[in-house]
Amino acid sequence: MDTHSESNSKTRHPLLAFAARWLLTTNHKEIGTLYLCLSFLLFFIAGSMAMFMRLELFEPGIQFVDPLHYNQILTLHGLIMVFGAVMPAFVGLANWLIPMMIGAPDMALPRLNNFSFWILPFAFALLLSTLFMEGGAPNFGWTFYAPLSTTYGPPSTDFFILGVHMMGISSILGAINIIVTIVNMRAPGMTYMKMPMFVWTWLITAFLLIMVMPVLAGVVTMMLTDRHFGTSFFEAAGGGDPVLFQHIFWFFGHPEVYIMILPGFGIASQIIPTFARKKLFGYHSMVYATLAIAVLSFVVWGHHMFTTGMPLFAQLFIMYATMLIAVPTGVKVFNWVATMWRGSMTFETPMLFAIGFVMMFTIGGFSGLMLALVPADFQYHDTYFVVAHFHYVLYPGAIFGTMAAVYYWLPKWCGHMYDERLGKIHFWVATFAVNLTFFPMHFTGLAGMPRRIPDYSLQFADFNMVSSIGAGLLGLTQILFLYIVVKTIRGGEKATAQVWEGAEGLEWTIPSPAPLHTFATPPVIADGDHP
Amino acid sequence: MSQINETPRYYVPHSSIWPIAGSIALFLTAFGAANFIHQSTDKVAAEGNFGGPIFFIGLASIIFMMFGWFGTVIRESLDGMVSEQLDRSYRMGMTWFIISEVMFFTVFFGALFYARAISVPWLAGAGNNLQTHLLLWPDFAETWPLFRTPGGTMNESMGPWGLPFINTIILVSSSITLTFAHWALKKSKRVALGLWLSLTVVLGSVFLCLQVVEYMHAFDELGLSLGSGIYGSTFFMLTGFHGLHVTLGTIMLIVMLLRVFRGHFTADKHFAFEATSWYWHFVDVVWVFLFTFVYWF
Repeated sequence: MDTHSESNSKTRHPLLAFAARWLLTTNHKEIGTLYLCLSFLLFFIAGSMAMFMRLELFEPGIQFVDPLHYNQILTLHGLIMVFGAVMPAFVGLANWLIPMMIGAPDMALPRLNNFSFWILPFAFALLLSTLFMEGGAPNFGWTFYAPLSTTYGPPSTDFFILGVHMMGISSILGAINIIVTIVNMRAPGMTYMKMPMFVWTWLITAFLLIMVMPVLAGVVTMMLTDRHFGTSFFEAAGGGDPVLFQHIFWFFGHPEVYIMILPGFGIASQIIPTFARKKLFGYHSMVYATLAIAVLSFVVWGHHMFTTGMPLFAQLFIMYATMLIAVPTGVKVFNWVATMWRGSMTFETPMLFAIGFVMMFTIGGFSGLMLALVPADFQYHDTYFVVAHFHYVLYPGAIFGTMAAVYYWLPKWCGHMYDERLGKIHFWVATFAVNLTFFPMHFTGLAGMPRRIPDYSLQFADFNMVSSIGAGLLGLTQILFLYIVVKTIRGGEKATAQVWEGAEGLEWTIPSPAPLHTFATPPVIADGDHP
Repeated sequence: MSQINETPRYYVPHSSIWPIAGSIALFLTAFGAANFIHQSTDKVAAEGNFGGPIFFIGLASIIFMMFGWFGTVIRESLDGMVSEQLDRSYRMGMTWFIISEVMFFTVFFGALFYARAISVPWLAGAGNNLQTHLLLWPDFAETWPLFRTPGGTMNESMGPWGLPFINTIILVSSSITLTFAHWALKKSKRVALGLWLSLTVVLGSVFLCLQVVEYMHAFDELGLSLGSGIYGSTFFMLTGFHGLHVTLGTIMLIVMLLRVFRGHFTADKHFAFEATSWYWHFVDVVWVFLFTFVYWF
């Protein structure tokens, strides 16, 4: 086992040593960095696909992207954003933060951790290679409904299927590692109810991942056998049913939605108390609310398919169960607001992003309630209203959450403070651009503009032009974000160990930048300490 | 540097070659499999014939990686680097892995129940689906097992009381013999351990052979294949994935047997053995569900 020890790597060629360091690493901080870098790269790739789409939608008619290619970039935009940008970003944060927050020396299974990460670049290489294949990339949307993906899917669909299998293996192994780390590696005295909220939300997220990623693996396996081995899972002539695909997909898909937001809840619950200089209001209720959301996520998948022909009782049950989710989510939002109430608030960039997260995620939550109503959903289904809804929970939700986390913990990771002025500019421009892009989509959707189309009727022209201008601005803003992050890593004002005056938690007790190995001997958490 | 930590401290390994080897192996397998399918089906009829070899090289690399990786872990364990806490990590990891496997089988059971309770009755006009029935396949009659699909494919069904029942007895017995082996290990009765474990391997192998016989019977005499509608699809996918898991479990048991012969495991430290037996019991429980819902009712 000592063949790769550090003393040995110094004698090698520097490039080889560099490759060995990052390819073979078992360190949670290095792997966290790898995850975040990959996620950032894929965020830009999928984001540029969005730019192409908005360019095409700038005006009615077909100008830049023909419908076939439009469908391909639309599909890959969705798939890469979900599996390549949001999920790896949160796993990267989990890697960096969970061991430091619970006082563990590393993740519980460090080699498995490396495996989980390095599967991903290969999986996305496989997925992106479909763009250059005969017949084009997958073109059926990120939900890959049968029979679009089975009978009518392009040949490259099989590469997509095997890519999804690889992502699934990576996610399951990563989730196992995170659960085991949290359950088994907490420092003495760190009881469950003393864990930081970010750790709690990730514990529940990892559970969801283990429960639903095999379901995704199963459904793509059925697709593969339907396509090539003669099975009839989604083929009515053989006694199967294309709607079965939707049931299985959304049984995975709905918990997946919460996988993409729960860690964001955790991040907001870390940041808001720091800058309000108060304890998190209602810590216990926060934990129970997260659990309730996770449990409910398993019984509401049908609200994605109200128009596909479900029995009435199923529609009613799912409608009420879906609206029930508003209760624990409301508990969370009120807790964040109550944490800020009468706090000594300051508005550094992480806090701005966290408040933006709370406010704009709530907008997405409200439009979600509208979509949960069966009779109303018949009107909204597959319109831009749905696009507006999930972009509001994903962009100002998941992505603002990630950005808040990067601004908040970056000084701890690299030892430098970011440029506060640029950070604030980034926040305000991004917030303006997000709303400019996605808010008009509510209107076009309610007016009946269908989603997933490269061309549209004249009456939607104004709002679409506004959206496209917003999207262009939003794209540019993220280049600013990249600049800020790179600048901070390369230099800047030295950060103290505490970094933020009001911050609490074990990660602030170690120096900035955090040394490669922390808590080799676990800290002891006293009885009085409380989250 | 080679003696990194003494045991109560958590053992954090230095860098390792095996994960990246595994990632590359997985990539080769996936890339090879997709090309293999494309190059061997008329539907795509892609040029070239490199898919198959790459796929098998990938599979071989995965096996190689597992040998290397598990070999490293075994050496660490023999060197006494596994603390109680690390042992717990391994146990929890295996438990959650089995839970994810349970979910994988749940999907296929879900498809089976959906077909039996919803899609087949609806195609025959149940509920408010009379129009579906009359407009699409008015001749279709609901039966389970499905002897004739709406599209007209005919097949016979696999009854429960021949080979499947014998196989149930074999697999349940193998779980019992494995438990006897475990008890023997706990009492340090190495000879009994070897015998019971060998018997388990034999039972697992017999089960697999009988599955092959059953499949041949299904293909040749019942006209049952993956292509015979949703009955054939669920039958072969459920029993096929189960058979794959039994194969994997049998290989794991053989490795355990070889390790027993080499003198590995002690009465109170034998996690790999326990993990294998958890896996084997899991495979057994899945079979009981399969026998009940695929063959019997």
